[in-house]
Amino acid sequence: MRVPEPAPKSLSPRDWMKRQSRWSVYELIAWAAAITPFFLFPTYLPLANQIAIAALFALSVDLILGYAGIVTLGHAMFFGLGAYFAGIISVHGWGEPITGLLMAGTFAGLVGFVSSFLITRVQHLALIMVTLGLGYLTLELANAMSWLTGGTDGLRGMNRWPIFDTFRFDLWGYTAYSYSLVVLFICFLLSRRLVNSSFGLALRGVRENIKRMPAIGSDHKWHLRKIYTISAAMAGLAGALTAQTTNVVGMDALSFQRSADVVVMLILGGTGRLYGAILGAFIYFVARDQLAGINPQYWYFGIGVLLMLVVLFMPKGILGFLAGLVERRGK
Amino acid sequence: MIGQIAIVLFDGFAFGMLLFLLSVGLSVTLGLMGFINLAHGAFGMLGGYVTVLVMRQLGLPFLAALPLAFIAAALASVVLERTLFRRLYKAGELNQVLFTIGLVFVSIALATLLFGTVQQVIILPSWLRGSVEFAGLNFTSYRVFLIVVALIVTAVLVFGLERTRLGAQIRASVDNQRVAQGLGLNVERVFAITFALGSGLAGLGGALAIDIVGLSPSFALHFLVYVLIVVSVGGLGSITGSFVGAALLGIGDVAGKYFLPEFGGFFIYLFLVAILLVRPAGLFGKR
Repeated sequence: MRVPEPAPKSLSPRDWMKRQSRWSVYELIAWAAAITPFFLFPTYLPLANQIAIAALFALSVDLILGYAGIVTLGHAMFFGLGAYFAGIISVHGWGEPITGLLMAGTFAGLVGFVSSFLITRVQHLALIMVTLGLGYLTLELANAMSWLTGGTDGLRGMNRWPIFDTFRFDLWGYTAYSYSLVVLFICFLLSRRLVNSSFGLALRGVRENIKRMPAIGSDHKWHLRKIYTISAAMAGLAGALTAQTTNVVGMDALSFQRSADVVVMLILGGTGRLYGAILGAFIYFVARDQLAGINPQYWYFGIGVLLMLVVLFMPKGILGFLAGLVERRGK
Repeated sequence: MIGQIAIVLFDGFAFGMLLFLLSVGLSVTLGLMGFINLAHGAFGMLGGYVTVLVMRQLGLPFLAALPLAFIAAALASVVLERTLFRRLYKAGELNQVLFTIGLVFVSIALATLLFGTVQQVIILPSWLRGSVEFAGLNFTSYRVFLIVVALIVTAVLVFGLERTRLGAQIRASVDNQRVAQGLGLNVERVFAITFALGSGLAGLGGALAIDIVGLSPSFALHFLVYVLIVVSVGGLGSITGSFVGAALLGIGDVAGKYFLPEFGGFFIYLFLVAILLVRPAGLFGKR
């Protein structure tokens, strides 16, 4: 876990916060690299789209897990709710993507707000199990309501309109990736602002010591509810993006597998760092694309070994490990 | 109708006893060291494959294969505990969860590599096939056997924990590790033994599960959720809790699938969430 360095005496808290949120060269390079698939690997655009969506989903989990310390194994619940919401309204005659996306995010956020009251009641194993239980509840509910969701056959008959009435979703994924990347970038800017604010600091306080925060007069439960709602809405956006860009929604959007995968991605990249979510999603999907192409079992073996190595030797994730190397060289 | 209910209760209880064997070890080790070992199901899977292997390759009878499944899982767990898991006792719960889930993935890949993805079957001895008639109802012999085995294990566990020296050491370590250590107990050794016994029981459960739910590489992951529900609902470190939790879950699962198949496991998860919100430490948990 990265604890922010204490501010030197000459620096006012305000200046310190500002300095924390300054853009670095690495960040610019990372976002420039995100555009390269358009020119260099046009055949991989659907994969790039998947990565952008997974990165957004991992980012939403990073906000609660990496910053606020809420370990969740059921976040696919909000991903799936967003996906089904966006899918269902387009089946019933409203295929406008942007408003659909926003409504789906709002819906997931509302459900997130309601469930946050349950989440903040429990900790440790009980917390993990409550998130897992809520995730499974949603899955079973969606399965039982097959008249609305299409059940195990998946949702059929989605009809999406072009973005701004001009950009059609093409077969190669140019529109899809641009759309997902823009949404990811906007959400990233919001998250960046959020974690570098005093609210973000309060969240880290909760993560480090949940007993001491109330002692210094911080309303930690309210902080947790807020961030959980924001995170749920963001996960809903990621789900809605999947529904709109791939035109299919299935039960797997709500599955335990998806909840577990996103945590795996986050750990690989590094928790408590926004870029950890993005790097983790990238490594996960590229490795899966390469390994599973040879044999699906290689993929399982590879990800298992990678996870164990990362936990044992890089407790701050791959990004944390790299950042440590850079810092050491700088000294 | 009453006959149907009796059969559902019976089948559910038998399934619950299977879950009890698979999860009681995890409950005790979690209560003892706070180590979240998601690879517990993988030891169950190991026990299952050992059973299949010795019965097919060596032609051993089923009853002789069961102790071997226990021993194999216990040995494997001790090796892993001494080499890998002990490094993670001080790590956060998230790291423990991910490390052990990584181990699950590796075990699934290895099982697929060695045995393929097909469901394994074993041929039970003739006295375990068929069913027993009682009060006009047919009870599957194998399930009766399963319940008897689980009850014997429970009796041994309760007796061992209440009446033996090791049991007293385990109870002391669960109650307060630091004080136990201060009194000169070698908590680490106690833990290694408990870990081995618990994993051995999971191996036994895996062996017994083959005829009820089948055995394939997805076993380790599929049963993980059930095991975690039993442990969290029952309460950490409590044998009674695991027993009650497993019985409730088994009966609830079978009854739900029998009477309300369209809702699947809906009610199971509803009860899980409700129980944990009211009692975050589980029904019989202390902390």
